[in-house]
Amino acid sequence: MLRRVFVSGLSWAYLALVYAFIFLPVAVLVLFSFQDGRLPVPPFNGFSTQWYEAVFADRKLMAALGNSMLVAISSSVVSCVLGFLAAYSLARYKLPGSALQRGLLIAPMTVSYLIIALGLLSLLNALHMPLSLLTVGIGHVVINLPLCFAIIYASMGDHQINIERAARDLGANDFKVMALVTAPMLMPSILAAFFLSVTFSWDEFIIAFLLSRFDVTLPVEIWSMLRSGLNPKTNAIGSLVFLASVALLLILEFSLFGRTKKQ
Amino acid sequence: MTATTLEDADRRKAWGFAAPALLWTLAFFVVPFLFMAAMSLWKREGREIVRVWNLDNYVRFFSENALLQGLVNSLEITVIVTVLSVLLAYPLAWIIAERVPKRFQRMALILAILPFWTSYVVRSYSWLLVLSKNGVINQMLTGVGLIAEPLEIASTRTATVIGFVHFFVMLLTLTIYSNLIQLSPNYRRAAADLGANAFQTFWHVILPLTLPGIMTGAFLTFVLCIGDYVTPQILGGNNELVLPQIIMLQLGRRADFPMAAALSIILMLAVTIAYVACARWLKIERA
Repeated sequence: MLRRVFVSGLSWAYLALVYAFIFLPVAVLVLFSFQDGRLPVPPFNGFSTQWYEAVFADRKLMAALGNSMLVAISSSVVSCVLGFLAAYSLARYKLPGSALQRGLLIAPMTVSYLIIALGLLSLLNALHMPLSLLTVGIGHVVINLPLCFAIIYASMGDHQINIERAARDLGANDFKVMALVTAPMLMPSILAAFFLSVTFSWDEFIIAFLLSRFDVTLPVEIWSMLRSGLNPKTNAIGSLVFLASVALLLILEFSLFGRTKKQ
Repeated sequence: MTATTLEDADRRKAWGFAAPALLWTLAFFVVPFLFMAAMSLWKREGREIVRVWNLDNYVRFFSENALLQGLVNSLEITVIVTVLSVLLAYPLAWIIAERVPKRFQRMALILAILPFWTSYVVRSYSWLLVLSKNGVINQMLTGVGLIAEPLEIASTRTATVIGFVHFFVMLLTLTIYSNLIQLSPNYRRAAADLGANAFQTFWHVILPLTLPGIMTGAFLTFVLCIGDYVTPQILGGNNELVLPQIIMLQLGRRADFPMAAALSIILMLAVTIAYVACARWLKIERA
């Protein structure tokens, strides 16, 4: 009995300790984003929202925010559409060399982002192609396409085939079947793939850093802010990004995944 | 006759649907990669890249201590981080799976990985707030009089390791937890029936069965850790450079693309070796 109390006490202590470790930097980040002073370190001088005002007044930061959204959403749409079409083809038709095709589509997942970025950068340089948000987006599709393909492919079960056949018997062509039958049935996993790739693209640094020139995404802009050392403004934009991601996560948890669980 | 033509039409359609994704991957992943591999066999002379096939970059890598040391640093940090993360994450995953009541488990797990969603660059920066000379830890320790001089944690290998471990504990908790809850309680009952005590059950039954979860997470940790530039650059500073930092240096003022390409190939070989080493357990997971 005593031993059990001891073990369970130890468990809870460990749990608390690791949670403290996990949350420490985030707590410090958010707390000192409200710092009334120039340094985001103790002592806490008092509550102020001046750094948030500074963030919203910063044109470059706001432009980077817009660029990030543009790149994240457009590259995720492209990844989902290409991933869905490939998954449909590989799951519904027996093509020769389909294992090889699957391997090829998944391959970028096993390679470091740095290497993917470097490969694209050297090729673009050799072809004298200018760097822009478009090249960042192309890079982000490369890393997100395997993810979208894998998620959607995994959810294409055999039980949907009969429904697709029924639709085809009723005269629907492939595009109609895909758009009106397959895609709606797979919507939870398509949305999961979409949101996951939005978060990956939104947060991605090294590809965006190496493949952009004048217009940059948010992580790259934050990176250049770091050169000025510790700054409560960096805390403020960091806290805002965190808040936005958590909000998105909670929406997903309660709408999307909550719904699939009930089904 | 009609059957074959239908088949041909189907085949053409199937290729048509798969083609955009395949072409994208070929054009923007395979071709650039092959180009980079080829470039690692060229060399830089002045500002020009000379397309003469040679192994100079690789020879230089193994003969120049600063370059080779980068790989050694990378490997050391990655191994330390992977081991520490597994050791920290396993008990956490186990406690969430076994001690936390069922209906709070999902909540506990979401909490455990919540800081995962801070921006990657910002996460390293926020550790700087904690570890720097006038940061939280130093001010706390000097405040209570435990130390007189602030500790130099930022810009050291320790800071890099802390930043990495923080990130990968969250990842590993996820993979190990999902492995743990899939285990049927019957294994434990069977072990108990056969006379095993709690420790024996864990060591001989539970741990081997969760090896796939550990290895999946450990492999992911290895791959992401060894290829990362951001965390070592922000937290480790310019002491003890890791391979990605050295690659980025080649791209910067030196503009030595062939050398950067050669170093990337070496980085990829390290990952491939790790994959081969883990492949046995990674396969079990897929089956």
